[in-house]
Amino acid sequence: MIKVDQLSKFFGAKRAVDGVTFEVARGEVLGFLGPNGAGKSTTMRMITGFITPTSGSVHVGGHDLSLEPVAAKRRIGYLPENAPAYTDMTVKGFLQFAAEIRGLRGAARNAAVQAVVEKCFLQAVLHQNVDTLSKGYRHRTCFAQSIIHDPDVLVLDEPTDGLDPNQKHEIRQLIRQMGREKAIIFSTHILEEVDAVCTRAMIIDRGRVVANGTPQELRRKSEWSGAVSLNIKGLGVNAIREQLGRIPSVRRLAVESTADLVVVTAFPHPDRVIDVTRDILTATQGWQVEALRTEEGRLDDVFRRITLPDTAAREAKS
Amino acid sequence: MSSIGNIRTILKREISAYFSSPVAYVFIVIFLLLNGFFTFMVGGFFERGEAALGNAFFNWHPWFYLFLVPAVGMRLWADERRVGTLELLLTMPITPWEAIVGKFAASWLFLGLALALTFPVVLTVNYLGSPDNGVILTAYVGSWLMSGAYLAISCITSAMTRNQVVSFILSVVACLFLILAGFPPVINLLQALPGHWQWLVDAVTSFSVITHFSGFQRGVLDSRDVVFFLSVILFSLFTTSVILRTRRTN
Repeated sequence: MIKVDQLSKFFGAKRAVDGVTFEVARGEVLGFLGPNGAGKSTTMRMITGFITPTSGSVHVGGHDLSLEPVAAKRRIGYLPENAPAYTDMTVKGFLQFAAEIRGLRGAARNAAVQAVVEKCFLQAVLHQNVDTLSKGYRHRTCFAQSIIHDPDVLVLDEPTDGLDPNQKHEIRQLIRQMGREKAIIFSTHILEEVDAVCTRAMIIDRGRVVANGTPQELRRKSEWSGAVSLNIKGLGVNAIREQLGRIPSVRRLAVESTADLVVVTAFPHPDRVIDVTRDILTATQGWQVEALRTEEGRLDDVFRRITLPDTAAREAKS
Repeated sequence: MSSIGNIRTILKREISAYFSSPVAYVFIVIFLLLNGFFTFMVGGFFERGEAALGNAFFNWHPWFYLFLVPAVGMRLWADERRVGTLELLLTMPITPWEAIVGKFAASWLFLGLALALTFPVVLTVNYLGSPDNGVILTAYVGSWLMSGAYLAISCITSAMTRNQVVSFILSVVACLFLILAGFPPVINLLQALPGHWQWLVDAVTSFSVITHFSGFQRGVLDSRDVVFFLSVILFSLFTTSVILRTRRTN
């Protein structure tokens, strides 16, 4: 549904987006991750036709955005960052306007407004002016406008920003549910959201795509992927270090100790992840092991590693 | 979906935006008060003893519009930019032209409404004497066209900034130029130039709204004057579209 090819944008000499290429098919929810200023919003603004790219192309539903902008835009629903809405209108008036400008008139318009009001729980504020709404309601109003014409493609720029946990949950559920029949791109800073909602995640840094895969695939890039943590009682730190340090599949140990408990995390060599749990079980026979966990890998670790290469390198050295 | 339909949707939204706040009513009241005061007190409507509006009433319009039209037009794009709705509007399935024309038309209709509400002056002059109502109607048309030219210039300055005050000041300055270009003291100054500079005088005065409006005031519907106002409008709206295309983020 969305095809982005070698998309670049320069603001003067500053490179905001550099050769971004990806596709999103129907039924996919693509999570867009990256530090602030990485080019997420700029990319989304180019996909929705707000900013003209310096080079590269965007196709939405088979329409080239630069050649048939209106046909392409008709298939997109867009929630910009900060969820802007006309402050001098009521929620109902705003949604009616959004429906009309998407070509819905008369009964079709009213039905569309009614449907999104129910979906986004806006009944209580329907006749209220937009500038008197709380942030959560304003956000949902702008979200409602983006889905009012039941578009094939949804582009959501930080859809859960500034919402309380319940509202976040509702929006995530909506996105997941709509993701079954639409192509959705959404950006976020919240990494749990990727697990909760996405079928695929993409990390973008300094205008380039630096990682692209399912959340599981990304997590496997983490140092924590396959790491084994043990809580051990009745043994000294040095003894534990010595015994576990000898295991060939263990790359590095992290040890924390309290009065009578030692917590050890063994990070495996990337190519011997499969062996490490078995090796450790063998090596610790006869020990008083209170708990043993195998880590799945942490997205925040991957995120930091990829977007902060210098920091990650320094940490590994120390 | 037709262009006309999209323009009408935008237009409807803009009109309702005017009337959802007190600004529109305040504007209309001020406009009418100014008109009444200047026509009857300053303009000496009664002392003139003539059954016409050309001088006592319409003479003031270029000056009223100088401040009132930029006040109407300043929010058109600056506010969209400030609130961020510009991003919504320009990612809707419409062309920028439809948005520009819709917004301009809404404000122009609003100015037309304010102008139409000065009708008691027409009733008064008809009650007191027997004026040529054709002349009055022509002058009304000219006045409305002139307000459209000012408004289109305000569209440009509004599209340039997110700050309404900046937009207001810039468009007052631009409109002031259009007035002063035909203001007698300025023309006299230019006419002191040697004879072969006459083209400059002609060029400057041909940009003046006052020169072009004076025909309408006398009841003369000259196509050149109509073309002048319409071309100022078209050129300004075109400039607005260029500014919107090149300055989408800041």
